[in-house]
Amino acid sequence: MTTTIESPRAPRTVRRGGVNWEKWGWIYMRVSGVVLVVLIFGHLFVNLMLGDGVKALDFAFVGGKLSNPFWQIWDTLLLWLALIHGANGMRTITNDYAHNRLVGVVLKGAILAATVVLLILGTLVIYTFDPCPAGSPADLLASFCTAG
Amino acid sequence: MPGISAETVPSPAPRGKYPLPRLTKPKAPAGTIYRGNVGMWSWVLHRITGVAIFFFLLVHILDTALVRVSPEAYNAVIGTYKNPIMGLGEVALVAAIGLHALNGLRIILVDFWAWGTKHQKLLQWIVVILWIILLIGFVPRHLMNVFSE
Ligand code: HEM
Ligand code: HEM
Repeated sequence: MTTTIESPRAPRTVRRGGVNWEKWGWIYMRVSGVVLVVLIFGHLFVNLMLGDGVKALDFAFVGGKLSNPFWQIWDTLLLWLALIHGANGMRTITNDYAHNRLVGVVLKGAILAATVVLLILGTLVIYTFDPCPAGSPADLLASFCTAG
Repeated sequence: MPGISAETVPSPAPRGKYPLPRLTKPKAPAGTIYRGNVGMWSWVLHRITGVAIFFFLLVHILDTALVRVSPEAYNAVIGTYKNPIMGLGEVALVAAIGLHALNGLRIILVDFWAWGTKHQKLLQWIVVILWIILLIGFVPRHLMNVFSE
């Protein structure tokens, strides 16, 4: 494999104006990373460490959490920040390894499509979730569904 | 008028005054300060863990979405998180996230803070130590939850 290194005097195009998206992506990875440390370790602590940990997870547990606006906002931030951070990282990796232009475009298109679909789906789940669906056995639901 | 040929362009750097550097071809692509160093391994691991977490997250959003299907459907899938093999998978996931997060914070400190750049070797060790402490706190408790009745 040969690599040509351009002469330092070769003419180059200098960017003028416009948004430097690559720079904002770089900043986003760092800002979202710091916030995600809190969001993810909080999520893991509540779901895996408190009480019986993973054994306590079921529909009623999620019903209890997602009927609380605090956890709705927590999960929304977690969803958006983590998924966009991960997708942007996957884009960087694709740029590094996909030397064929078409392959790169297809892979990045797939990453973008999956991200958009899951952001919409996940957000809808958080805000349209019904913790007490009619007709479901009461023992599968949170206790507040039957109280009163 | 004849076109300007290469010969007519004056040489920008007279030879005698600015001696050209002697370039020798390396025998093997090894021995840079970077390759094979801890810095390279933390980069490789940061990449691999990032990709692994990304794919987990794709599946995880789908499994959580089952709460919109029915309590039975959600319980069936979240039930698989409780079996011992998945329990070990969760240990691997938390180990991966712990490493990615701590190493990510190290990258941020090195990028924004001159002290971090200067003492980056020390920061590497702090990452390893905090990661081990995290796992000591998490793994026994999680395995007790997974393997208890
Ligand atoms: C826990 C908090 C997290 C922190 C502190 C963090 C930190 C970072 C930082 C600073 C970078 C940029 C590295 C660079 O520019 O050289 C990065 C890259 C990356 N992150 Fe995260 N991250 C976190 C969570 C996540 C999550 C949840 C995912 C997956 C959904 C993820 C996936 C990735 C990927 C795929 C890359 C690209 C890796 C590469 O370019 O080699 N990260 N992370
Ligand atoms: C084994 C580890 C994990 C378990 C057992 C777990 C469990 C759960 C549970 C029970 C929920 C339902 C809602 C809630 O509790 O807030 C949930 C939702 C969620 N989790 Fe996790 N989680 C784990 C790891 C992660 C990680 C590592 C991430 C981020 C990278 C994450 C991101 C999310 C998001 C974004 C939602 C909301 C999904 C939606 O919008 O519908 N989880 N998780």
